Amino acid sequence: MMIQTDNRKEVMEKSRAALPDHVVAFIEACNSGPYPHSQLISVLHKVQAHFGYLGKEQLDAVAQLMQIPAAKVTGVATFYHYFRLEPQGKFTIRVCLGTACYVKGADRVVERLRDELGIGFGETTSDGLFSLEASRCLGACGLAPVVMVGERIYGEMTPDKVPALLERFVKEAEKQAAQKQS
Amino acid sequence: MAGQVLKRYEKLRGEATAAVDALWRKASVRIQVGSATCEHAAGSEAVWEEFRRHIESSGRGDILLHRTGCTGRCSREPIVGVIETGRLPVKYHEVDRDAVHEIFHSHVLGGKPVSERMLADQLTEHANHLMLCDGSGCGGAVQGGVREAFLRVIAESGMNPEKIRVISSRCLGFCATNQAAGEITQALVLPENVLYTIRDENDVRAVVQEHLMGGRIVDRLVNREQPMSQRFFDLYGDLAFFNQQHRIALRNAGVIDPESLHEYVRYRGFEALATALDRNDPEWVVKMVSEARLRGRGGGGYPTGLKWAQARKNNEKTRYIICNADEGDPGAFMDRSMLESDPFSVVEGLMIGGFATGAQRGFFYIRAEYPLAIRRIEHAIETCRANGLLGRNILGSGFSFDIEIRLGAGAFVCGEETALIHSIEGERGQPRIRPPFPTESGLWGKPTVINNVETFASIAPILKYGSDWFSRVGTPQSGGTKVFALAGKIRRTGLVEVPMGTTLRHVVEEIGGGTANGKAIKAVQTGGPAGGCIPAGFLDTPVDYDTLAKLGSIMGSGGMIVLDEDDCMVDVAKFFMEFIQDESCGKCTPCREGTKRMLEILERITSGKALPDDIERLERLGRLVKRTSLCGLGRAAPNPILSTLQYYREEYAAHVHEKRCPARKCRALVHYEISTERCVGCTMCAKNCPVQCITGARKEAHVIDQSLCIKCGRCFEVCRFNAVLKG
Ligand SMILES: Cc1cc2nc3c(=O)[nH]c(=O)nc-3n(C[C@H](O)[C@H](O)[C@H](O)COP(=O)(O)O)c2cc1C
Ligand code: SF4
Ligand code: SF4
Ligand code: SF4
Ligand code: FES
Repeated sequence: MMIQTDNRKEVMEKSRAALPDHVVAFIEACNSGPYPHSQLISVLHKVQAHFGYLGKEQLDAVAQLMQIPAAKVTGVATFYHYFRLEPQGKFTIRVCLGTACYVKGADRVVERLRDELGIGFGETTSDGLFSLEASRCLGACGLAPVVMVGERIYGEMTPDKVPALLERFVKEAEKQAAQKQS
Repeated sequence: MAGQVLKRYEKLRGEATAAVDALWRKASVRIQVGSATCEHAAGSEAVWEEFRRHIESSGRGDILLHRTGCTGRCSREPIVGVIETGRLPVKYHEVDRDAVHEIFHSHVLGGKPVSERMLADQLTEHANHLMLCDGSGCGGAVQGGVREAFLRVIAESGMNPEKIRVISSRCLGFCATNQAAGEITQALVLPENVLYTIRDENDVRAVVQEHLMGGRIVDRLVNREQPMSQRFFDLYGDLAFFNQQHRIALRNAGVIDPESLHEYVRYRGFEALATALDRNDPEWVVKMVSEARLRGRGGGGYPTGLKWAQARKNNEKTRYIICNADEGDPGAFMDRSMLESDPFSVVEGLMIGGFATGAQRGFFYIRAEYPLAIRRIEHAIETCRANGLLGRNILGSGFSFDIEIRLGAGAFVCGEETALIHSIEGERGQPRIRPPFPTESGLWGKPTVINNVETFASIAPILKYGSDWFSRVGTPQSGGTKVFALAGKIRRTGLVEVPMGTTLRHVVEEIGGGTANGKAIKAVQTGGPAGGCIPAGFLDTPVDYDTLAKLGSIMGSGGMIVLDEDDCMVDVAKFFMEFIQDESCGKCTPCREGTKRMLEILERITSGKALPDDIERLERLGRLVKRTSLCGLGRAAPNPILSTLQYYREEYAAHVHEKRCPARKCRALVHYEISTERCVGCTMCAKNCPVQCITGARKEAHVIDQSLCIKCGRCFEVCRFNAVLKG
């Protein structure tokens, strides 16, 4: 049941505008299927995949379009570690802190990453290039310690491999920037 | 109508076989490259690309690049296989670009395998290999043992014994066809890949004289049935690792293309489903699974057949079935590998479960951290739909079933079944009190069956080879095999699948090769954050749900982390408590507050600030949390502490009373010093110290300013003269 209010039309329009079209279409498809509210987490995944994080505006829009109380949407978004509520750097570095990686010395890799980047977990470098996140097992424990940058996994990391790894992504960013210009 | 469904299936299988064989026949050489998260991490994508380029520039149309999943040999990846028609496969390990070049020119084009890059112990150096099954169902046919009889007859025959290698192998699953258990022995002769049934010494003579010497297959002794693992030797050459294993859940992993329905079906995939649908008798499926004594592989070990029977009993006819692919144990990756390397087998298991329990809809709940696994399952589901294996009226049987994927979002507690249900419903993933159990009231209040990935992967073989065979593989309490993820301080990290009841020692020492650095194994951690540490002294324990529980740990989902002398047990306990405290959903007080307090105490202990009675306090609190928490997460949370306290109390005491870490791991309790005698003044340490607290002139002994040292250990690592002492 959609609750009818005077400014409903306006609010819905604004909500649609806050989200990419494919997400709006997905929500509408869900709304006409069984148990539409069960798709909340799927919707949040799609929003995060698009924006890199879940902004306040997007959360509100999701709440409106799915007709779920905003407090509940926020409650779900904050419960799950995978969702980020702040904008992320161009590359998200996830350091695995799972058991295998811990045993193989992930703490030293973390230390080096912190030193080199000058940021801690949950933070982003001032040039907007890197965000640092802790992760719980990336499923490549056989190659521990493991670091994931974007969707790429790097195994058997040592503190000494950190500078070269970062350098590679700095170069990649420069290359992308150069391509954009030309 | 009996037979109709199977007829449809056979048609599908005929098409699949024709398609695959046509492709493979065209190729005189097939190059297999692994494609899974771990393989990618090791660089297999670049290897694939390099081979593709080489094939292209060679202009040869008869070289096929073949994608496979991962075989579970993480420490040796990327792994590449080269299969030439009529020859045994060759596997190469740790392949990089240079290796691609060499392998391609020497082996693929020139026909000469590159022996120095091959995985050790392959089936190539001898003219013939004779594998004798050593499993529980075989043997006893010949006086003095079959192996000895073969060796004797070979020696008597005057053949060059160098040319034949006789190998005793663990049960190869041949006993599926073994009618008179214990009275015959199965013998596999490679490279011809002929399986013989040996009853007496005359048979031994016949095989040696006619086959090994005369090169003629001894028709009357050939076992015509194709046991599951026989095809392994078509496609796989690596013995050392697999000879020790028994692959049921991982039967296809690393062997077939995970994105090819044709390959899966060619190797009799979906035959079990077709058989079940053809019989149209869900009770039969439940009975088979019960008699196989299959217990849930997600950790709890609940009998799967019983769970399915409970769901069937419910009067409510709308039912659901869920595959739990949340794999939260940090240090375990069995499920990921199965989803990535053999997605169709998990889908088939889920469908059979759906049919047996009368469910109309199935779900995969997969953690978002596994993007490749998600893509592979998505692909498998779509392919099944397109081929009439999912959707309405599957294979004309009247059974309709469909599957949906739901993603987790990084909450460990969502692996717990009631939390998982809440998460699928779009809620915060918090558990609720059981009963009612999900089989009574689960997803949207309907009867729901939840099983683990590996549980589902074991279903099809049970229906195909029989519950009798499956149960015989394991222990009297628990049938079949278990997959373990070996990691930590072990030489060969990776996945191993062994019969229930195999000893820990066999897994970590024989298959895993012991520690990588030659140090002594201190303990094996099983069960992840809900489990405990099993000291090296108990390595001869057969692994089973009940034996591990007796030792204060649990089987868990199969993560197995090997710890050596350098690992501090208090620090390990702290590691798990940090994890659990962070993952506690906060619903009930004992877990929410108790884990926080326990972590505080552990932090005090490891930083040298322990109060004299902290050990007792920890123990008391642990017991309380265990007894009073609402869900399995809280109830198991103290296990890592209680089990390490049970076996390593003196290590705790050293931290508390002497402010000393015997493993020299806890940072606050170690310190570094430079030996004036050993130091040659090379300045290496001073250059590497992040806080510049090492001073000294070139060629003179250096000194550490203890007040500034942050104990990072860099100096200890970089000194090549062992002059930095850690104490
Ligand atoms: C905190 C917690 C986490 C769990 N995580 C998982 C998991 O990641 N995968 C899994 O299959 N089972 C997990 N379980 C066990 C499930 O609740 C459930 O028992 C299991 O999925 C049932 O399947 P099975 O009978 O095939 O093992 C977890 C249980 C608890 C208490
Ligand atoms: S035991 Fe822990 S995880 Fe389980 S319900 Fe209580 S607070 Fe939540
Ligand atoms: S332990 Fe680290 S901080 Fe201390 S002296 Fe050595 S390098 Fe410097
Ligand atoms: S690295 Fe070793 S030998 Fe060189 S100055 Fe430091 S302590 Fe002395
Ligand atoms: S523990 Fe790091 S990848 Fe599993």
